[in-house]
Amino acid sequence: MEQLIQQVASGLANGAIYACLALALVMIFVSTDHINFAQGELAMFSAFLCWQFMDWGLTFWLALPVVAFISFLVGVSVERVILRPLHNAPVLSIVVVFIGLLAIFHSMAGSIWGHTIKQFPSPFPNVHFAGSGYIGPHQIGMVVVTLLLLLALFAFFRYTPIGLAMRAAAQNPVSARLVGIRVDMMLALGWGLAAAVGAVAGALVAPVVFLEPNMMASILLYGFAGALVGGISSPGGAVAGGFIVGILENLVAYFGNLLEKSTGIYVVGNGEKLMVALIIVITVLTLKPSGLFGHVTVKRV
Amino acid sequence: MSKLTRRNLITGTSVLALALAAAATPSLAQKKYDDGASDTEIKIGNIMPYSGNASAYGAIGKTSEAVMKKINDEGGINGRKVNFISYDDGYSPPKAVEMVRKLVEEDKVLLVFNPLGTPSNTAIQKYLNTKKVPQLFVATGASKWGKPKEFPWTMGWQPDYATEGSIYAKHILANHKDAKIGVLMQNDDYGKDYFNGFKEGLGKENEKLIVQVSTYEVTDPTVDSQMIQLKNSGANVFFNITTPKFAAQAIKKAAEIDWKPVHYLNNVSSSFGAVFKPAGIEASQGILLALYRKDASDPQWANSPDIVAWKAFMAKYMPGADIRDDGHNYGFSVANTLVEVLKRCGDNLTRENVMKQAASLQGFEAPMLLPGIKINTSPTDFYPIQSVQLGRVKGESFELFGQILSNESK
Repeated sequence: MEQLIQQVASGLANGAIYACLALALVMIFVSTDHINFAQGELAMFSAFLCWQFMDWGLTFWLALPVVAFISFLVGVSVERVILRPLHNAPVLSIVVVFIGLLAIFHSMAGSIWGHTIKQFPSPFPNVHFAGSGYIGPHQIGMVVVTLLLLLALFAFFRYTPIGLAMRAAAQNPVSARLVGIRVDMMLALGWGLAAAVGAVAGALVAPVVFLEPNMMASILLYGFAGALVGGISSPGGAVAGGFIVGILENLVAYFGNLLEKSTGIYVVGNGEKLMVALIIVITVLTLKPSGLFGHVTVKRV
Repeated sequence: MSKLTRRNLITGTSVLALALAAAATPSLAQKKYDDGASDTEIKIGNIMPYSGNASAYGAIGKTSEAVMKKINDEGGINGRKVNFISYDDGYSPPKAVEMVRKLVEEDKVLLVFNPLGTPSNTAIQKYLNTKKVPQLFVATGASKWGKPKEFPWTMGWQPDYATEGSIYAKHILANHKDAKIGVLMQNDDYGKDYFNGFKEGLGKENEKLIVQVSTYEVTDPTVDSQMIQLKNSGANVFFNITTPKFAAQAIKKAAEIDWKPVHYLNNVSSSFGAVFKPAGIEASQGILLALYRKDASDPQWANSPDIVAWKAFMAKYMPGADIRDDGHNYGFSVANTLVEVLKRCGDNLTRENVMKQAASLQGFEAPMLLPGIKINTSPTDFYPIQSVQLGRVKGESFELFGQILSNESK
């Protein structure tokens, strides 16, 4: 029982990592209708920038907004410079560009900062409290920041005119343009916001997995799974999906291990936890293609 | 003084020519070359993962290249310049085969030096042995590289994982009577090699001491869940078979969940810069590991001549490189072993002689090796380094204890 609670708590903490990145993926999808494969590497690059600023003497809470802003600009310029010429290109060309971006940011981080893992200090105070054996202060901080970020994005899309304009631009560019929305600007804005959210995700993940160019490679996979389970069009769904995947993978390993201990039969274990989690994702998508919390889009033809 | 006549001149010249011929003939007979060697040059081939997931190891290839540059600046090996050709295989076995074929068939190298990674080396081993090209000092600790009967052209370098695993097992049996052992292991050949050696060291009757084996995949973001399993298994001895990033995560997580077993860590992660400092020096205290090289950032070696030489080399030939990266330390040591072998080859630079010289190193002290650890090879012993010494993390240094543990074969 003790271990079950620990595993769920640890799953929740990992889930927060996936949720953060899933949120960035959803941002791009909601505002541009694309899935950005380079999202993880952009977040990793931002985390390195953040580390660099801290190395130069800034505190975390000062460095993070600066880096989020720089990432915003990077996101906007990527859209303007690289993706703009591909506006009418088929989806496959865009996928190739995303994969190219992934490789570029990965190699750039490697050659600038090296491949040795770096310690990234946690911004949250290292205090002991009741239950800190189950979930550490950083993990709790991560869950809280993820939820705050979600709340902010939800409010932004729901209650601000610019948020509404962004959704309109993504879902129906032609009509949006007719009612006077600058669709191009909205797409660039979406990229910028996604990169900024990614920067926050990177800075929160780095203290847990350590900072190095490969740190986001595997997390991106889980982030995708989370976003898809929850519904790629819904920020709230993506966050919930991230937590679900995180807890699920730990429980699979836990119950598999328990079964092996009590019966001696090995069915699933640590090696299969990702596989089982992904099977569940596929099942969900087969039964409910738009995800658990996503809304079905109807397109008039 | 005699007058210069036509006759005198002819006689004199022919005597001179004869003398020259007499002087030159024996050395001409000694000079023997295969592909890749000449009077002026030795061509050495190398493959490394400069890109992709294992690109961190690229530091080793860059260091070897810089060592050869230093050797060339100092006049080369027996007057011959080294031409070091290093290609990127991206840690992908098919790419490794392609690049090695290019090295052998197009570049015509004398030997392939220090190719990195168990999968890549497995892929190129048959080809190089069929072509009779040395696959010298491979950069992997798998236990399968020292088999001269089956693969006379393949030789390892570092202590193999299985031997190291069995050393830990024996230390546990001798020192912890009521050991309950938990194992964290990377789920691939590298992890299994260590684990099999460990089980062999324990012996059949003691295998029941292992109460929990938790594996992780290289794609796992963290090993938190595994560490919780291990803590709850009641294990009081922990054998940690992980690569640097996961080792740092495991050490950090053990401290966070307040699990304090006797902690044995594999040599793969014996780095202050890449493991203990990121994980937290305090959380790393008391960790036991088997060592064969000096950690360059360890204050106890600050005045040791090879570390001083290494630091000067790094400053001159690799400015801007991250000196915490153990790849530079490893690369310096292994590249200097190659230089020693080539020096001993003299003017007989055939592939056969390269293997012969590599297989007759006795008591060679490569730079960076711990005091007392020497390289020994013979026609039947293709495992150059088979000695380690146990150490524990104390402060920001390794405290060595006990004697040098050897597993010299034959």
